[in-house]
Amino acid sequence: MTETLKTLPLDALHRELGGKMVPFAGYDMAVQYPMGVKDEHLWTRAKAGLFDVSHMGQAILRVAGGSHEDVAKLIEELVPGEIIKLGKGRIRYSLLLNDQGGILDDLMISRFPADQDAEGSLFLVVNAAVKDADYAYIQERLGDRAKLEVLDRSLLALQGPKARAVIGGLVPEALEMPFMTTRAATIGGAQVTLSCCGYTGEDGFEISVANEHAEELARTLLAHDDVAPIGLGARDSLRLEAGLCLYGHDMTPAESPVSAALTFALGKRRKTEGGFAGADRVLKELAEGSAMVRVGVQPEGRAPAREGTTIATGNGAEIGKITSGGFGPSVSGPVAMGYVPRSHADVGTEVMLDIRGKLHPARVAALPFVEPGYYRGPKS
Amino acid sequence: MTTKFTEDHEWIRVEGESATVGITVHAAEQLGDVVFVELPDVGATFSKGDDMAVVESVKAASDVYAPVSGEIIEVNGALVDAPEGVNEGAEGTGWFVKLKFTDPSELDGLMDEAAYKEHAANG
Repeated sequence: MTETLKTLPLDALHRELGGKMVPFAGYDMAVQYPMGVKDEHLWTRAKAGLFDVSHMGQAILRVAGGSHEDVAKLIEELVPGEIIKLGKGRIRYSLLLNDQGGILDDLMISRFPADQDAEGSLFLVVNAAVKDADYAYIQERLGDRAKLEVLDRSLLALQGPKARAVIGGLVPEALEMPFMTTRAATIGGAQVTLSCCGYTGEDGFEISVANEHAEELARTLLAHDDVAPIGLGARDSLRLEAGLCLYGHDMTPAESPVSAALTFALGKRRKTEGGFAGADRVLKELAEGSAMVRVGVQPEGRAPAREGTTIATGNGAEIGKITSGGFGPSVSGPVAMGYVPRSHADVGTEVMLDIRGKLHPARVAALPFVEPGYYRGPKS
Repeated sequence: MTTKFTEDHEWIRVEGESATVGITVHAAEQLGDVVFVELPDVGATFSKGDDMAVVESVKAASDVYAPVSGEIIEVNGALVDAPEGVNEGAEGTGWFVKLKFTDPSELDGLMDEAAYKEHAANG
C-alpha cells in the first residue's frame, strides 16, 4: 500500500521543466532537473537556484487584539529563542521542543514589519514532514490563548550569489535587506512576503505567494539568465555543505538543542530564565554538556559516508553514527555529519568510518564545510 | 565478440575466455554524476550475482553485481581517481573490470542488446 502523494501547486511546471519526480514528505517533488544534481548544486553556489519548497508548512500564530509581547510570550513557552525582543521585520531560527527538551522540529519565526498591521501575530515556517504534528502540538499547548491559522500558500526560494540582484530587479528594496529580515512586496500582480533567509548557505530569499500567483512568479524568476530550477537532490547537498540539519536525520526528538549543536538558537535571557518546554534538560546540558554531540565529519578518502554509517575509534569500537552524508560538489569530496561522544567532538579528532565493512579514516571537521554567503547589511 | 546485458544494468563484452564488465549508459544516466567507484582486487573471485563493485552518485550508492562467475584479471584503476569517467564512457572507456569466467553457460541466461533495450525502457 502506498499513500497517495499530494501534488504541489507548481506540479505541471516541474514536469514541463523536465523534473524527475520522487516522493518526499508525502509530496510528489522534483529531485532533479535535466541539469543534474551536481551541476544544479554548483549553479546555486555560482548564480541563483530556484527551489519550490511549497511542501513546507506556513502558518500565522495570532493573539486577537494582542500585542507582539502577548504572542511572543506564548510561543516562547515552546521554543528556547528570544522572541519577545525580536524586532519588527526580523526572522529568528528556532526549535520547537517537547517537555523532555527533545527537538520536535526546527522553524523560522518572523515578526511582521512595521508597515504591516499585524501586531500580535507571528509568521511560522515549519518542516513538511511534521507540519501537522507541529500545528496540533502548538494549538494544544496554547489552547484558546492563541489561534494558529494554517496558510495554503506556495513558497519559492531563490538562493545563490545572484539571488539578490534578481529579486532586486523586481523589488528594489530587496537590495538592502539584511539576512534574516522580512518585508511585504508586490511582484507582478502578486502580494508576497519576501524573507531573506534560506537553506543552502548562500545569500537568498524565500517568497511566500498565493498559489494562484506562484506559476507567474516562478516563470518571472526563471526568465532571468542567472536563474535555473533546482531539485531536492542539490538542496540536500547544499544544506549538508552548509552544516544545516535535516529534520528527522540530523535532529530528532531524541536530541536536544545542546546535543544537536544548535545552542546559537538559545536566547541569552532564555538561558538564565528558562521557562520553555524541556528547559530543565536543556539548561542542565548547557552547563554540563550532553553525552553525545553533532559534529561535522570529513572522510579522508573519496568514499562518501552515507546516513547510518558507523563512526568508530581507531581500533574499530563503535562510538556513533553518521546522520547525513554524501558528496559535496563544492568541497569536491565527501562530507558528513553525525553524533559522537563529547570526548571525540573536538575539530581534528581522528575517527574511522565503517563503510561496507571496511574502516576508512576521517576527521571531526568544523561546520560549515563552505563559507556562508549571507548578506548581513551595509558594512560600517 | 558479443555483448550481453543483465537485468541490473551491467554489460559484459566477451572475448574468448575473458570478458570486460561495466554498467550501461542507461544505468549511468539514471545514477547521475558518479562521484565514487570502488573496485575489487585483482585475483578476487565472484559467483554470478555477488556484489563486485560499488558506484556512487551524488544521490546514492549502488552495487555492481558480477554478471557471471569468475576471477578478476584487471580493473580500471582510472575510475578510482576520476569517477566521472563512468558518465563519460559507460559502455567504453568507463569499464569496471575484466574477468576470466568459469562457466560459459551462464552467459546464455543474459539478455542481448535488443532485449536489454526493452528492459531498460520498461524499468
